[in-house]
Amino acid sequence: MNILPIILAAVLSNNFVLIQFLGICPFLGVSQKVDSALGMGIAVTFVMVLTCLVTYPIYQFILVPLGLAYLEIIVFIFVIASLVQIVEMVLKKFIPALYSSLGIYLPLITTNCAILGVAELVLTEALVTGLFEAVMYGLFAGVGFTFAIVLLAGLREKLDKLPIAKSLKGFPITMIASCFMAMAFYAFSLI
Amino acid sequence: MKIKDIIMDGLFRQNPTLRLVLGVCSTLALTTSAFDSFGMGVAVTFVLVCSNVIVSLLRNVIPDKVRIPAFVLVIATFVTIVQLFLRKYVNALYANFGVFLPLIVVNCIILGRAEGFAFKNKVGLAALDGLFMGLGYTWAMVLIGGVREILGFGTIFGIKLWDFSIGFFASQSGAFFTYGVVIATFVTIWNAIERKQKLKSATAGVKDPATIAEEKEEN
Repeated sequence: MNILPIILAAVLSNNFVLIQFLGICPFLGVSQKVDSALGMGIAVTFVMVLTCLVTYPIYQFILVPLGLAYLEIIVFIFVIASLVQIVEMVLKKFIPALYSSLGIYLPLITTNCAILGVAELVLTEALVTGLFEAVMYGLFAGVGFTFAIVLLAGLREKLDKLPIAKSLKGFPITMIASCFMAMAFYAFSLI
Repeated sequence: MKIKDIIMDGLFRQNPTLRLVLGVCSTLALTTSAFDSFGMGVAVTFVLVCSNVIVSLLRNVIPDKVRIPAFVLVIATFVTIVQLFLRKYVNALYANFGVFLPLIVVNCIILGRAEGFAFKNKVGLAALDGLFMGLGYTWAMVLIGGVREILGFGTIFGIKLWDFSIGFFASQSGAFFTYGVVIATFVTIWNAIERKQKLKSATAGVKDPATIAEEKEEN
């Protein structure tokens, strides 16, 4: 079992956001407040696990045997879009409380590159040898995403109170804050 | 006038990378070298023009309710074409793009233009909009990629300039830093130009209340 390397790689040394640059849009867009960042992180993790659970078998057992691997982009994006729709409907019907807290983030997730990214990367990741590892990879990639977005939200809540030069306000200062976070995460990959 | 507006919007006024800050993932990941940035710019421009044309042609056929899945299908088709083309003919770029090649599908610039422009406009204008939005993305990518390549490797488009290099700019944190500084610089210069133009028009005629309020805010 090589679960521990997968966990360490996905959360720290190969962090989806700060090292691999996936899911930057929600990382910058939904990180003003810690609460909403956490909500987004949980929603993304949830969809990532489901995506790996569905796309990995589709690729290995349907597309590859039929010689249709070149259709992966089109198939994956449709699987993800319908998956998000189904999750939204199921939550709305059966767990309204969860829906009201995660619901607003779900439509944003279809066009989140971290989700399509996890579906693509899980196919090439050397540590992933079976469906169980694939699901674990999705889970911990999501945990890494949540970790990074919550940290940035904490930083931004503090930054809002500081006097920042006008030209640096908004995106530039957020980028520079992420730069220092990326430096810390980069240090893990050197070990 | 409309055509001039489209050109200015794409290149400067609504530059997807520097003003709207869309499609950030590929911008950060692929600007380690000017050549990769240029290649990505061309790939995105191609997909943008093609998807804008098809979406614009089908704008009376696609029902409003299923327009987003329809856009995504059109975009995914052209991305697959680009992927197959690069794998066959430009293998170096195919290898460097890695996962970011399929991720052009979820690049918000392309979906944004399909939804915001192509779905409401005629084919010619939609193609022009796609072309100039793509060029705006490309020049910003090459600028950031150029800065990072010169400082991080001491080369530009693979040509050696000097032996001096700062590893920081080639690393992930350097991507965030360079992008942040480039946006800040561009916005500062752009605002200065706009203020000058406003002053010019203000001295020519009566000031409109919006400019006065904005100037007060700035002071």
